[in-house]
Amino acid sequence: MQPEAVSASTTRGPEGSRARPGIPGWLATLVLLLPTYGWLFIAVLLPLCTMFVFSFMNATPMGKAPIVFTLRQYQVFSTQPYLLGIAWTSLLMGFWTTFACAVLGFFAALALARATIGRTRETLLILILLPFWTNGLVRIFSWTMVLREGGFLDDVLHWVWPGAGSIGFLYTRSAIVVGLVHGYLPYMILTCYIALVTIDDAIIEAAASLGARWWTILFRILIPMAAPGLISGAVLTFVPVLGSFMEPRILGGRVGVTMGTVIEDQFTQAFNWPLGAALSFTMLAVVLAIFATFSGVLRRGSGAVA
Amino acid sequence: MIGLARFYLAAILVFLYLPIVVMMAMGFNESSLYELPFHFSTKWYVALAGNDQLISAGINSIVIAVITAVVSTILGTMASVALARRTFKGKTLLQLMLLPPIAIPWLITGTAMLVFFFWTGIGRGMHALLIGHVALAIPYVVLVVGTGFQTIRADLEEAAMSLGSTPIHAFFSVTLPLLAPSILGAALFAFAVSLDQFVISYFLATPGFTTLPVQIYSAIRKGFTPEINAISTILLIGSMAAILVFAIFARPGGVSDKR
Repeated sequence: MQPEAVSASTTRGPEGSRARPGIPGWLATLVLLLPTYGWLFIAVLLPLCTMFVFSFMNATPMGKAPIVFTLRQYQVFSTQPYLLGIAWTSLLMGFWTTFACAVLGFFAALALARATIGRTRETLLILILLPFWTNGLVRIFSWTMVLREGGFLDDVLHWVWPGAGSIGFLYTRSAIVVGLVHGYLPYMILTCYIALVTIDDAIIEAAASLGARWWTILFRILIPMAAPGLISGAVLTFVPVLGSFMEPRILGGRVGVTMGTVIEDQFTQAFNWPLGAALSFTMLAVVLAIFATFSGVLRRGSGAVA
Repeated sequence: MIGLARFYLAAILVFLYLPIVVMMAMGFNESSLYELPFHFSTKWYVALAGNDQLISAGINSIVIAVITAVVSTILGTMASVALARRTFKGKTLLQLMLLPPIAIPWLITGTAMLVFFFWTGIGRGMHALLIGHVALAIPYVVLVVGTGFQTIRADLEEAAMSLGSTPIHAFFSVTLPLLAPSILGAALFAFAVSLDQFVISYFLATPGFTTLPVQIYSAIRKGFTPEINAISTILLIGSMAAILVFAIFARPGGVSDKR
């Protein structure tokens, strides 16, 4: 690198690296990109391809048994209909989580964008986003402290109303949804906020001065204009919820059986990797279909993803 | 209306922080069954100091997070230099390729890694965890550093080169110092991503080499004492600190005053 730098110093021009003798521009680009994309290729792309191949095998290739390629794993929804019920449960869980996040998050973003300013707003935004980047597992664990029988929720109830029963609802589907909403709400608030903050005050003032009631402003101006934020927030909530398994296990106990936990079981308990792979790929197909459907909206909002 | 909005925001903050605060408080409560009344005690932290399993898992987590931060920051910064400053075919495709580790549920990525690493003989354990964590962190680094590039004017580098600097020298003496806050921010971000990563680690860890989240998960599943609250508190405060420092360095979503 050193002699190269010396020789190039005499022929410097405003053209930049392209006009430079020595290392050609394309080679420099390649050297810069290769480590990252090589790594992603080996760590993500090849594994996904391998799993795709596994999903057509008749058994986990561990013993001596010959491996036959078959479509059997993908027919499991018709041969084991109870999986359809589990898939439905997972979709419902995803729907309720996304719906609750959208309603709570939209109004929080609206309050942020219209009722706070400057430093306060910046601090609130950081406070809202901070939990999102902390350990999800620990946050789910925290909810067991609140929701279990005799937990914090019951403590508060008994303090207000001594002698009352228990309202703790740990190990129910509602508990799973509460935990998941807690996990993804900050993200929904962020995407909605980014969409809402660009709305010009004048539009709302104009509507109000022309006699529009608050619900007209809400449904005819604010929600349509925040739609990109709502949609990207919804997609990026629904997709990870679909693949969640730790949340249903911890907060759902025995009722926490979802596609995520079924897939996890195939890899950690049942050792039926081909079935797990087939279920994973079915889920991936659903995920990709969702991304494809909303790709236009997501691309516009992608600057905010990080 | 403004009052209602503020009240609502306060309620949202309570919802977000209440369970965390309750969990943290229970780590300082004497009762092993999480019973009230609250008696302040540090006994669970003392017990934690003697819990070799959790401590070695904690050390593993930190080692993995530091290596992940260094490796992914170097690789990701290199890639983002090429993506930000060079023109070539297929750039959109390469940018799209950064998305799978972020967008595909980790359950799918994690099980795919398990299958592939088993099948190729790479196996599980520390090296497998590192391969996985770096792959997850790289896209975030590229995004954060790429955002940093947008705040730096390309003509500064060109000015240096037209005054006789080599591209490499111009990069290291002009662009890199301007980019330093973003790169540091990206490194902290990668550190936090790795430290908090559970799903991938869960599938790639071995009984002999686990990380803190994996260890905490198995404790939650098997039955636990407030020791888990204590270690969880430390973990939360650690990653919150990393993210707060990141927010100061790179200000996500905020306007940067760098030129």
